[in-house]
Amino acid sequence: MGLAIVKYNAGNIQSVLYALERIGRQAVVTDDPAVLRSADKVIFPGVGEASTAMEYLRARGLDELIVGLKQPVLGICLGMQLMCSYSEENDTSCLGIFETSVRKFDGRGAEVGVGAGLKVPQIGWNNVFDLRSKLFDGVPENSYCYFVHGYYAALSEDTIGKTKYGLTYSSALHKGNFYGVQFHPEKSAQVGERILQNFIDGV
Amino acid sequence: MLTKRIIPCLDIKDGRTVKGVNFENIRDAGDPVELGALYAQQGADELVFLDITATNEKRKTLRELVNRIAHHINIPFTVGGGISSVEDVSLLLQNGADKISVNTSAFKRPELISELAKEFGSQCVVLAIDTKQEEDGQWYVYLNGGRVKTDRLCMNWAREGVDRGAGEILLTSMNNDGTKKGFALDITKELAGSLSVPVIASGGGGTKEHFVDVLGAGKADAALAASIFHFKEIGIPELKEYLQEHNITVRL
Repeated sequence: MGLAIVKYNAGNIQSVLYALERIGRQAVVTDDPAVLRSADKVIFPGVGEASTAMEYLRARGLDELIVGLKQPVLGICLGMQLMCSYSEENDTSCLGIFETSVRKFDGRGAEVGVGAGLKVPQIGWNNVFDLRSKLFDGVPENSYCYFVHGYYAALSEDTIGKTKYGLTYSSALHKGNFYGVQFHPEKSAQVGERILQNFIDGV
Repeated sequence: MLTKRIIPCLDIKDGRTVKGVNFENIRDAGDPVELGALYAQQGADELVFLDITATNEKRKTLRELVNRIAHHINIPFTVGGGISSVEDVSLLLQNGADKISVNTSAFKRPELISELAKEFGSQCVVLAIDTKQEEDGQWYVYLNGGRVKTDRLCMNWAREGVDRGAGEILLTSMNNDGTKKGFALDITKELAGSLSVPVIASGGGGTKEHFVDVLGAGKADAALAASIFHFKEIGIPELKEYLQEHNITVRL
């Protein structure tokens, strides 16, 4: 029964809802387990802090519910980070869907010549490349997406899109029925709208 | 590579776009939502809506406007003007604003920045600073849309703002604003080169070269302008192409 957006204590849920409306899609915002389980597709958005968000999810049993979903699920920004195994943000154990951990941008592992003087959080438009997923159908290599984040998911076998900010990291992940993007498709102009459409119609 | 950002600013009064020349003498330049959507389509990287309404209905009209903007615009936008509490911000974010900017209210009660950063995250807290270089050569903070001088130095206040959790600084030089003679490169470079957060330069952009100067030599992370875009003196597509030709990374 259509699209559901996971309701929890994280920002930007309205923005995702409005973006879906702009491309002619309706969605329900809910934390009702029955509604989430029966939705065709689930979007797990988020702007905020990892440990607070995980506590909220655990207190309501939403952590196990999300891990157990069988339909396509798209995590956005903090949502994607929470789907990883662990986040350095307040030493937080996460949902463990993607086999990678989330680290702080702090110059560790920076590639030669690009690590100095980086501002954190990264705020603005950056390229996504090495795209390999139906999620990116019709999205050219090196397209620009809008990012706001101080922590990043390290590269892993689940990486389906990369971005460079001091070092190269996972800007998109995929495993089984789970997808995640670090950028905000709901704020990434036409490219973002295409990615949302692909998630709804293509995966 | 992370790009430099071009940000049109729309001054809003009673739901309509206006632009103050040197913060006075305002002219009408249309419907904010239509204009914002047009800029987004033309390649603007973000938008700033600055509400200068000073009536009792302000809160309601602004909330409704923000909601309409959020429905129609597919790039990030910041809302500022008279925001002085966590409650104000909560209402604007709930209606779809991505960031808010604070200015005079934060200067008068700096704890506001800390409260907003804690409640909503630094990523949505922009500290706007209006500054003016006096005869002693120093840059001072001005309040109330540039009408009230303070004794605080711009750099000093910016540092405190960042320490308290501001995620970006929107720096407007009053010496340059409205002149179209170029941005204030020195103070922009001083802030952008030493603060750990992005600096948005504002005030004085009149030609495409000015944008190259402030995003290159001035080290600004983003450049903001209003009337040159509203009155079609410079188009956003041609500006971004020009920047790219001059080795400034932009989203095209």
